[in-house]
Amino acid sequence: MDALSAVLQGLPMTIMLTLSAFAIGIVGAVPLAVGLSSSNLLARLVSRLFVDLVRGVPIIVWLFLLKFGIQIGTFKFNPVGAAIVGLGVVSIAYLAEIYRGGLQSVPRGQGEAAHALGLTRGTTFYGVMVPQAFRIISPSIATYLTGLLKDSSIASTIIVTEMVFQSQAFARQHPTVEGILPYIIVGVLYIVLSLPIAYLSRRLDSRMRKAIYA
Amino acid sequence: MTWLTEWAGYLPQMMAGLGVSLLIAGISIFFGYPLGLVLSLMVTAKNLAVRTLGLAVVEIGRGAPALVILYLFYYGLPKFGIAFESITAACLALTWNSAAYSSEIMRAGLQSVARGQLEASNALGLSQRDTFFRVVMPQGMRSAIPGLMGVAIQMFQGTSLAYGIAVPELMKTAYNIGSQDFNYLQIFTLAGLCYAVISMPATWITVFFEKRMARHT
Repeated sequence: MDALSAVLQGLPMTIMLTLSAFAIGIVGAVPLAVGLSSSNLLARLVSRLFVDLVRGVPIIVWLFLLKFGIQIGTFKFNPVGAAIVGLGVVSIAYLAEIYRGGLQSVPRGQGEAAHALGLTRGTTFYGVMVPQAFRIISPSIATYLTGLLKDSSIASTIIVTEMVFQSQAFARQHPTVEGILPYIIVGVLYIVLSLPIAYLSRRLDSRMRKAIYA
Repeated sequence: MTWLTEWAGYLPQMMAGLGVSLLIAGISIFFGYPLGLVLSLMVTAKNLAVRTLGLAVVEIGRGAPALVILYLFYYGLPKFGIAFESITAACLALTWNSAAYSSEIMRAGLQSVARGQLEASNALGLSQRDTFFRVVMPQGMRSAIPGLMGVAIQMFQGTSLAYGIAVPELMKTAYNIGSQDFNYLQIFTLAGLCYAVISMPATWITVFFEKRMARHT
């Protein structure tokens, strides 16, 4: 059970990294999603290029770029800072794409009806489009969160002491057969951690369905 | 301009790294897709043991981070006397990954084939085998194409994790160059561009296919 407690030492860091990056993504993706679905061509192109570029470069490259490449005056990122900012920016790009897809799947008639009722553009967007879009994308957001949880493991490569880092450290100290245990434990832990996210997402989804059809 | 001249100097080494990345991605896709098809059939099999085994392989391949599977193959298995070269370990880990992800996409594709198609082939007296290989699979695989292309892009980017087990792929090459003269900013920007130059157009093609498919259904 030594291996288990060693890996668990990294659990708070894994959760902290995941939730911080997720929070950055959830908020930061809003303006970007607006840009992606803007009627202004320039705004659309710039946000599209940003999203595709961020998603086209592997996370490990972003983390190394932030950790080793960025130096402004005497400022340098520490490992945790680089990991949070890197994973956060990547989350922004992925979630903006999910938001855009959701907004696009709301039937056009809804916007037209709101317009016909004389609702302002702001009310149409936040009161009519967003709530419907959110219902459509909440499962995708949950899927992204479990993906982000796994991606946080990449922070171990820039010496953030999360679960995979701890499992590596334990394996090095125990070069016998026991050294394989931490990898199995950490793999199972990620799967176990994804379960409550899937469960909550399903509950949220079914509750929202009831709210619509009841 | 100085950046460009420095990049030009790094480029031959970087291209060698990119070649290794593409090789690993290619192998993991080449073996991953057929394995994914087998897994998708196992997961939907009637036999409980087959189904459980299939589900376990898929859920571990998708649920555990690729980095963990990579470490398991490279650092873990030698403790049981099974040692791989780092590049072999990377191929095995990513093949598992791509098989698991593609199996889910193929399963969804196969299940999306309309029931009427099955009933029609049944009525025509086609054998189960013919029904699967000539009716269900061609249609199911067709709708799985965009998803499978997405997996391929994901695998290409996933090769960057092989850095963690010292495979001389693009990321490791960049790191080695960077640690010689400490111009990490230039070298990692160049590495990022190398990945983006391949991933971005590939994504655009995938989106194009997705849109075309959506129009036909």
